[in-house]
Order: sequence, then structure tokens, then C-alpha cells
Amino acid sequence: MSLKVALFGITREIVGTSVIELPAPAPATVGELLAEMRRQYPALGDLRSCAVAVNNEYAPNDQALHTVDEIALIPPVAGG
Amino acid sequence: MTPHLSITDQPIDIAAALAAVQTDAAGAVNSFIGTVRNQSGGRPVRRLHYESYDSMALTQLGHVVAQAYEKWPMLQEVAVVHRKGTLALGDVAVVVAVATPHRAESFAACQFIIDTLKQVVTIWKREEYEDGTEWVAAHP
Repeated sequence: MSLKVALFGITREIVGTSVIELPAPAPATVGELLAEMRRQYPALGDLRSCAVAVNNEYAPNDQALHTVDEIALIPPVAGG
Repeated sequence: MTPHLSITDQPIDIAAALAAVQTDAAGAVNSFIGTVRNQSGGRPVRRLHYESYDSMALTQLGHVVAQAYEKWPMLQEVAVVHRKGTLALGDVAVVVAVATPHRAESFAACQFIIDTLKQVVTIWKREEYEDGTEWVAAHP
């Protein structure tokens, strides 16, 4: 199973692309995805926070990931 | 009472947002208008760039407004318009407008919506200074 992860704001700049594809075997959970992204891109660990969204909702670390999910990294938001 | 929620790369029409919430059942219309300030932490700002994850931003905005309806059941109409793209000093970045029967709830609901929007809605702001740029709130 591979995963596509959408990137926005500073995470897009850190990774250098707006979508990254993680080949199989991809992380199985939100927590594993965060750990893998931080391993590949240590600068992500310097952010104030970095959440994961699955299908437009904030997702907890133990949530399972599926190829069909719309997955995104969510750095600290600053709307308004 | 479907809320009027949008994210746009066009200048925000404040009058249209206010008109969208007006209803004969409401005696109060309250609004918050966020504009681009000329400095941030004492550092002169030249312009702002807003980036949005539109589908999630609208989903989360819908949750925020649903929470407001739960907290203030008398809330009538809500409109939230957020700008994205490049904004100049003084440009309108966000408008929140609410209509309620009486004024006290209109202030409270309007403040709740803008405060909660800033915490959960997936929009990012990059400030441009004379000597560089920075993603707001990204680092501790």
C-alpha cells in the first residue's frame, strides 16, 4: 500500500513539493506517518505543531491510513 | 439557516456578507472584519500571502459554525468569507457576520467564530517583510 500526502504552507516548503508519495510499505497509522515524515524531513520536528488530516478531519495518532484516504500534513494554522 | 461560507481569491464584498445574514427575525447583525496590518511584532510588513486547504477549511468552518449554533440556539444567520492569495496593506482578509434576535448573543457568537476559526481552519499566512518572509506561528 502506498500513500499520497498533501503538503501546505511551511511543510510544502520543507518537503519541496505539494504532494509526496510514500511507496509501499507505507505507514499504517497517523502516528507512523508523522514519525516517517519527521525521519525524512527533520525540519518538520522544529514546527510548533504538525497535525495530520484524513478526509478533511484532524486525525488522532492511532487512526489507520488507507490508500483511498485524502491525507495532508497540517502545520500551525494562521487564518484570520 | 444554511451558513454562507466561502474562501476566495477575489476582494471580499463586505456589504454582500452583511446582506447575506440579514433577516426579519434578527434585531442584531454583528460583524468582525480582519484587515492586513502594516507591522507584526514591530517589524514592518509589506504584504501577506494566504494559502488555504480549501476543502478542509470549509469542512472545519462548518464545524465551527455548527458549534456556534449549539451554543447560541437563537443564532439566525452566519456568513464567513476568508480571502486567500496575495493581499496588500489594508486589504480585508476575513469577514464574519452573524444575525441574532438581540445584541448580546451577536457579539458573543461573532467572537467565538473568529477565535475558533483562527485555531482550526486550515489557512496559512506568510508575512512579507523588507528583508524576507515568514510563515506566521509556524515555529515556537
